[in-house]
Amino acid sequence: MKKNALRLVLTLSMFGICVLSTSTRAQLTIDIVGVGAQQIPVAVAGFGGNDALAQQVTSVIEADLARSGLIKTVNAAGLPRGGDLATVQFAELKTRGADATVIGAVQAANNGMLSVSFRLVDVPKQTQLVGLSFNVASKDLRATAHRISDIVYEQLTGEQGVFSTRLAYVSKSPGRFQLIVADSDGFNAVPALNSVEPIISPAWSPDGTRLAYVSFEGRKPSVYVQNVSSGARTLLVRAPGNQSAPAWSPDGSRIVYASSQAGGTQLFVANADGSGSRRLTSNGAIDTTPNWAPDGRIYFMSDRGGSPQIYRMTPEGGNAERVTFEGSENANPRVAADGKSMVFVKREGSRYMLAVQDFASRQVQTLTQGPVDESPSFAPNGKLIVYASVYNGKGILAAVSADGRVKQRLGATNADVREPAWGPLPALPK
Amino acid sequence: MNRLWKYSLAALAATTMVVLTGCSSTPEATTKVEDRTATTSIVAPNTGSDASTSGVGTAGSSIATVTAGGPAGAGNSALRDPKSPLSRREIFYDYDSFIVKDEYKPLLEAHAAYLKNNRNARIKVEGNTDERGSREYNLALGQKRSESVKRVLTLLGVSESQIDTVSFGEEKPRNPASSEAAYAENRRCDLAYSGE
Repeated sequence: MKKNALRLVLTLSMFGICVLSTSTRAQLTIDIVGVGAQQIPVAVAGFGGNDALAQQVTSVIEADLARSGLIKTVNAAGLPRGGDLATVQFAELKTRGADATVIGAVQAANNGMLSVSFRLVDVPKQTQLVGLSFNVASKDLRATAHRISDIVYEQLTGEQGVFSTRLAYVSKSPGRFQLIVADSDGFNAVPALNSVEPIISPAWSPDGTRLAYVSFEGRKPSVYVQNVSSGARTLLVRAPGNQSAPAWSPDGSRIVYASSQAGGTQLFVANADGSGSRRLTSNGAIDTTPNWAPDGRIYFMSDRGGSPQIYRMTPEGGNAERVTFEGSENANPRVAADGKSMVFVKREGSRYMLAVQDFASRQVQTLTQGPVDESPSFAPNGKLIVYASVYNGKGILAAVSADGRVKQRLGATNADVREPAWGPLPALPK
Repeated sequence: MNRLWKYSLAALAATTMVVLTGCSSTPEATTKVEDRTATTSIVAPNTGSDASTSGVGTAGSSIATVTAGGPAGAGNSALRDPKSPLSRREIFYDYDSFIVKDEYKPLLEAHAAYLKNNRNARIKVEGNTDERGSREYNLALGQKRSESVKRVLTLLGVSESQIDTVSFGEEKPRNPASSEAAYAENRRCDLAYSGE
């Protein structure tokens, strides 16, 4: 399966300076093209113990933190490696401008397991902020590094980390479409679906176990629901015409989708097993790209007012309220997890770019410049948005912070990638 | 769900977590080790420890790869004879428009005549768009294009039951380039008789 993974390359630059030149084995192109106003400088001092494994953990954490945009990784070359607090060179770290340092070790444990321990240390105060140790199987080493990144990020920023999440996206190469599921840094990319026909609009179930998507394999667009770990999948509804644009209800029990079964393109809703489908909108216009907000309302695009604009309605259907008023065309609404804002695609002239609208103030902020930015998807912490873009004539994924300050490009070397969907936080026992 | 829980529980059992307590404001390595295995609140993700599955990912479960079946192959048909007006199968559109232009009237009249004389024949109208705009909007626009052709055919007396409409949106461009010429080629409805 792994051989099917995308071959991707990492370059990471910040203000044109390469800050991560260690021998990372990352598969993603990550270009950070803008950074936050304030970044916390952190030295990932290097894990001790088994050299190759320690270096892998160090690289993953360093790349994660740099990618977050809120943290700046400080040159850690030459600093002592290992998880021992006594060896931390506070004076040297201060000289290098680090406010915090991550130290740790990877060692063999019983039964072929690995012991991964780390400490996050406050440099000015010379105190440990957090220290944890995990016993894990070697195949889970990268995931453990992501978990450490999440803990470090949360300690330093107060925000939930999303390094342990997964992305789904569509990869197109000549004669082949693949629905890919990968770690949030692009590693461990595995196709969930191979097809010679187009695949669009993947959507994660809220629990992260299933993907709904549109496949053209039946010579028309139809919505399928697939269990990610077993591969079991079902056609959502068997109906005339196109079925597309699936979106899950917040509790994962229902799916709203667009259908042409009654003529035009209108919104329908069904239980996630396809039963009980019914029509939600009834007009001669195009209603599509629904998104089910945390408050239960359904946001969608409609051209009922003459131009494509964003509307919202209750899940019972009926009267819809117009939400966007600026611009000639607004589509693809995605409401943030806190329900306070939405990201969408707005058209300006011939350019398509992302914008966010704050519901309370109705203020719209443009996040990207286009010219072909589409399919935005919020990270579960609401701080980052992944979207599809075009760079050097090729489809790439890109990410922008919700305040528009931090931008990164994530591209594949030998395929067009598009239609990203950011998965939910992993279901950890609480 | 059950499977995920199985993984999570397996992960929990296989994973021990220890808290290293660095206590004082001095950088001493007086590491009191607290074993929280029984009450762990943090588990390494991606510990789907099902050895029989190639586990990847970070959400506690593996990914199975599925291969979709392809569409039925299209065969040849006498209707494809280039000498017949019925071999003309394309209707092109202006940008963001689903209006069938007058120049396609003779073409659609020929197909309408054939369909009226062959009540068992069925035709599929496939709507396509250029790549500009959102994929789902284009799917809907392609549907409007295919329905515009259906409307013309039914006005010419063809039974609705003989006409299927479908949209491929921007997903199956004839010309994959990003140029005005390519866009014009891709804003199109194709006609296909069933069995072809």
